[in-house]
Amino acid sequence: MTSKSISSSMYDWVDERLGLSELAAFARHKTVPSHAQSFWYYWGGISLFLFLVQCFTGVLLLVYYRPGAEAYESVRQITFVMNFGWLIRSAHSWSANLMMFAVLVHMFSVYFMKAYRKPREFGWLSGMALLGLASVFGFSGYLLPMDELSYFATKVGLQIPVAIPWIGPAIATMLRGGPEVTEFTVQRFFALHVVVLPALFIPLLGFHLWLVQKHGNALPPSEEAKPESQRKSIPFMPSFLRKDLAMWIISLNVLALLASVFPWALGKQYDSLAPAPSGIHPEWYFMSPFEMLKLLGMIKWLQGESGEIAGILLFTLGIMLWIMIPFYDKDKESGRRARVAHYFGLVAIFALLATTVIGYWTIR
Amino acid sequence: MSDLRSSTLIVEDIAAENGDRNTRRAFLAAAGAAGICYTAALAYPVYRYLASPNEMAMSETAVTEVTLKDAEKLPLGSVLMFKFGTRPALLIHHEDGRWISMTAVCTHLGCTVQYEPQADRIHCSCHGGVYNAYTGANVSGPPPKPLTLYKVSLNPDGVLVSRA
Repeated sequence: MTSKSISSSMYDWVDERLGLSELAAFARHKTVPSHAQSFWYYWGGISLFLFLVQCFTGVLLLVYYRPGAEAYESVRQITFVMNFGWLIRSAHSWSANLMMFAVLVHMFSVYFMKAYRKPREFGWLSGMALLGLASVFGFSGYLLPMDELSYFATKVGLQIPVAIPWIGPAIATMLRGGPEVTEFTVQRFFALHVVVLPALFIPLLGFHLWLVQKHGNALPPSEEAKPESQRKSIPFMPSFLRKDLAMWIISLNVLALLASVFPWALGKQYDSLAPAPSGIHPEWYFMSPFEMLKLLGMIKWLQGESGEIAGILLFTLGIMLWIMIPFYDKDKESGRRARVAHYFGLVAIFALLATTVIGYWTIR
Repeated sequence: MSDLRSSTLIVEDIAAENGDRNTRRAFLAAAGAAGICYTAALAYPVYRYLASPNEMAMSETAVTEVTLKDAEKLPLGSVLMFKFGTRPALLIHHEDGRWISMTAVCTHLGCTVQYEPQADRIHCSCHGGVYNAYTGANVSGPPPKPLTLYKVSLNPDGVLVSRA
């Protein structure tokens, strides 16, 4: 038997049991629309890639990280003692930030291409849930080194749920594991960060990707208006996949450059008696919501405790509207509602950018 | 005449095709080499990161001698367990006053052996290996080789154990 016939009979054996040729035939027929806005199709893939980088570098950090009382010491060891530990940690932090950025670009491109319309409502909703989980990933991971910045960021961040009426303080205490941020907090944030969140995120991500596969890439309204004969598409295998992978390599190179040229710093060990360092501020992806809450609290009739509650209510309302957009701007016959949704998106981007700028501007 | 022209065309076509194939092959080889370099550049830091504890231990294994403070006060017929580099070792003060030191890692499957003063032998509980407590020779059981002996000298600041 020649090697060719051996490999083909092996393929037949596996194929009979797993149905590989059905999969291959399916992949051959899959196409992706090709048009002026195709560039935005890559951002979901980039987010996915950066998530995989997070899994990989996260497991590497897990090899030496010790939660609890030794948390800071173990991160110091990773950063300064282990070979290339600084690079692994830097890559994890940078990749987290780049992933947040890619996810936001992905979300806004989906929004303005109106890719949330029928039948893609679940894609939008699952995406929003993934964004929520990603934020909790960011917040919980930020505490794990237990340096000054992470200590105060967590202290301040956990004050926000306190403003929720009735149950707020109990929620904050439960998250904190006591009245103060201590090693108990880092221990439970660790459990959240490496067990609970991945266990929720990964199946949800699978659902999200399955939906993309089921419904295919959405056409932007400008393409949908064209007659079918004028629309162009490219085969997924190999054309789109090749471009997707090229984007992944570009992302990896950007990440490698940032992580090695700007290594992530490690501050002083936290000290519950030390004053907050000057210029302390939330991570950029939390800056806008933080600043919005602050600004809402400054409005005259919103001042005081009731103001804080009203601020959170207003903020929650805005997010609810954003999440529910597929049920308002339902399909291509939406007409006036489509325009309203478009302007709502522009207002959201403006508010996001403006509050972020104000936030950085007013750092004391 | 037309025949001649067409045949030269064919020859040119073949030449062009061969050229294409050569550049294609060269391109694929270069791309493959670049890919291997790229992967290696990613894999190297990860490998070194994971190997860190082993590298740290290696610098400890390079130890050639260790001074055991106050070990000269060890009573007759008793043993002191200590670390020689990264591995456990025995210092025995025999009833006849002789000082013997050897590695405590069984040559069979790496368990830590123990000195039994009443039988005056070294025994490994894992698989019943027995060694001579003076020479380290494997006496019975599965051990294939004797335990390595160390040199012992009594110094004013303690007992100096060194690689023989």
